[in-house]
Amino acid sequence: MKWFGFWKRGPKPRRKEQHLSRRTLLRRGGWLGSLALLMGSGLAGGARAATEEPSAFSDSIGDFFQKQYQEMTKEEIQEAIGRIERKAKRRYDVDIKVGDAPPPPGVVFGFALNLSRCTGVRDCVEACVQENNLSRSPQVQYIRVVELQKGSLDLHESNHYYDTEKVPLPDKIYMPMQCVQCNNPPCVKACPVDATWLEPDGIVVTDYDWCIGTRACMAACPYSARRFNWADPVIPKDEINTDTHFLGNRPRERGVVEKCTNCIQRSRNGRNPACVEACPTGARVFGNLLDPTSEIRYVLDNKRVFRLKEEAGCDPKFWYYFD
Amino acid sequence: MRAFGSFCFDCVKLALRGKWYYWLWLVVLLAGVGVGAKYYGGQLAEGMVVTHLSDQVNWGLYIANFIFMGGIAAASIVLVIAAILYQREDVGQAALMGVVVALSAVIMSSLYILVDLGRPDRLWHMIPFIGRYNFPYSLLSWDALVLNVYLLFTLWLTGTLLFRNYLGQNQTAPIMRRWVGVAAMVFVIGMVTVEAFLLSGYEARPFWNTAVLAPRFLAAAFVSGPAVIILVLQVVGWFDKQRAAAPAIDLLATIMQAALLFNLFLVGVEMFTHFYTQGEHAISAHYLYFGLKGFGRLVPWIWIAHGLGVAAVCLVLVRALRQRRILLNIACLLAIAEIWIEKTMGLVIPGFIPTSMGEIFEYMPADAEIFISVGVLSIGLLVFTVLAKIALPILLGRVRYSV
Repeated sequence: MKWFGFWKRGPKPRRKEQHLSRRTLLRRGGWLGSLALLMGSGLAGGARAATEEPSAFSDSIGDFFQKQYQEMTKEEIQEAIGRIERKAKRRYDVDIKVGDAPPPPGVVFGFALNLSRCTGVRDCVEACVQENNLSRSPQVQYIRVVELQKGSLDLHESNHYYDTEKVPLPDKIYMPMQCVQCNNPPCVKACPVDATWLEPDGIVVTDYDWCIGTRACMAACPYSARRFNWADPVIPKDEINTDTHFLGNRPRERGVVEKCTNCIQRSRNGRNPACVEACPTGARVFGNLLDPTSEIRYVLDNKRVFRLKEEAGCDPKFWYYFD
Repeated sequence: MRAFGSFCFDCVKLALRGKWYYWLWLVVLLAGVGVGAKYYGGQLAEGMVVTHLSDQVNWGLYIANFIFMGGIAAASIVLVIAAILYQREDVGQAALMGVVVALSAVIMSSLYILVDLGRPDRLWHMIPFIGRYNFPYSLLSWDALVLNVYLLFTLWLTGTLLFRNYLGQNQTAPIMRRWVGVAAMVFVIGMVTVEAFLLSGYEARPFWNTAVLAPRFLAAAFVSGPAVIILVLQVVGWFDKQRAAAPAIDLLATIMQAALLFNLFLVGVEMFTHFYTQGEHAISAHYLYFGLKGFGRLVPWIWIAHGLGVAAVCLVLVRALRQRRILLNIACLLAIAEIWIEKTMGLVIPGFIPTSMGEIFEYMPADAEIFISVGVLSIGLLVFTVLAKIALPILLGRVRYSV
């Protein structure tokens, strides 16, 4: 189906240098500006002097006009990061650091999982929740581990609610599932506003500030990998991971979709995702598919790997194997 | 220009002058809008958690209602096509009522999408060139386009027809009329198809991922649209002490009869593929018709729907029965109920059950979803009532432009 996209505009130049301050944007966006002022006026008191830290009110106006991540200049991203950090401070009283590490050149991330080793303890699920600032209430989890009877990989016969205390049971296969970072992602096609896209390092990311919450991506995903914030995410203050990324684990708001990003805040800085580190049996392998000496390449070259739901035609970068 | 000013003035005057039952009906509708607004306020304040939607079943009553109303909106201009392209002058006046129904239905359809959004405050992200519009890839972007264009089309059509009648000119230029007829035809098929593709475009949902969905939607639209207009024509005629337009009702009943049969045929065709071959697409159908692993909340709904459908077919199929107005009206109500259940409980919801990862998580609409849907319906009925109140005296020549 790749030929189908011949007329789609190519990837936009990342962060082209435009010198558009927020004020000129406000002036240009005439009626939108007045609308925002009307909407914002109920939220907080008037703007303070320019020397002070921007108020919640001026931040909310900045949020309203914030562009999609791929269209923002470097300065605009820095401004947005400032707003995100201040919002986290106001909401959780925590100083978070929002990174913006670009995709490393010559890297495409891939995942492999040894089903012979997985014992179904769900340590990866817990580590992922902690690392990625996932909402504790309502509970959001990126990784779903299912229990399958030996002899069948039919997910419709899988048990999603098995008891972690009793694992591993004999003759059961434990299969963790998460976003498989498709090369041909149906979620990206489905989004009406380009709020989700495939980065050059192979990670499908979401701009939480651009998502309008149609949930079309969730309907489109054959791996049920996407999660929606049905309510305001609740995280205990002392459990917040302050090391975050703009496209990754920064605090989210309600009404937007999120998903596994291969722990973009870690992987783009040369570290393994949290689930890989947490796995007690070493069932998970993560690395650069373009590096012939990487462990992931060793697994792909030497193990009898397969991919889940290949027939959906999404070309995922997540392999399973038994050994 | 003066004529237009006088037209606007007369329209406002017509809308604001009515008997006590007109105002009572408006108050009832406003109460419906108020209840919907209250619950929607709750949804805005607390998030979509007030609904029973979930990560497993992420679309429900709102999207189903959007599709249902979209079908009615599209099929309601069928009389325009008949009047223009098939030279049925005798259905001309009823055709305008159809356009008014279409206008109200397309407004409702858009509102059902709006209340389904997690972040309606960011709606401007969808505006082409200002935001980012993922066209032509995203099917929702097609839907937004079609709804907006259709809204403008029906607005323009209503305005033009009313204004011309107000001036006392019934005729428009033939070339113009043919253009409108062709556009209406394209819209009927195009809009319903785009709505079907919104569901059938996902390989993740084998239950929806079938080419027969668009024809099924078209058949369903040509049942629900004419059924609604048949009822509307009689209600409006009754209040206005006019005999309802018999030729229009006969034509609509004939269309409905054919569409009902075709719809049942398509349901049967789908059931064959579901149950003769046991692929992945059959699992949701099993859940829908017989229940799966002890879960089966939708089973009674779908059988009731098909029962209603068969009953409606029996009533409209026999000419003697069809010509009794009361039986025709019952058939219309049955058909509307059938199509609505088929779209919500029978199509949108089972598409998510089981999920693409084999999890069964059931869904039934929450109170908030039901009341917000009622609120949107009230807005649509309000728009329709006021427009019909304005349109009828003008159409019947009671209100005319006088210099």
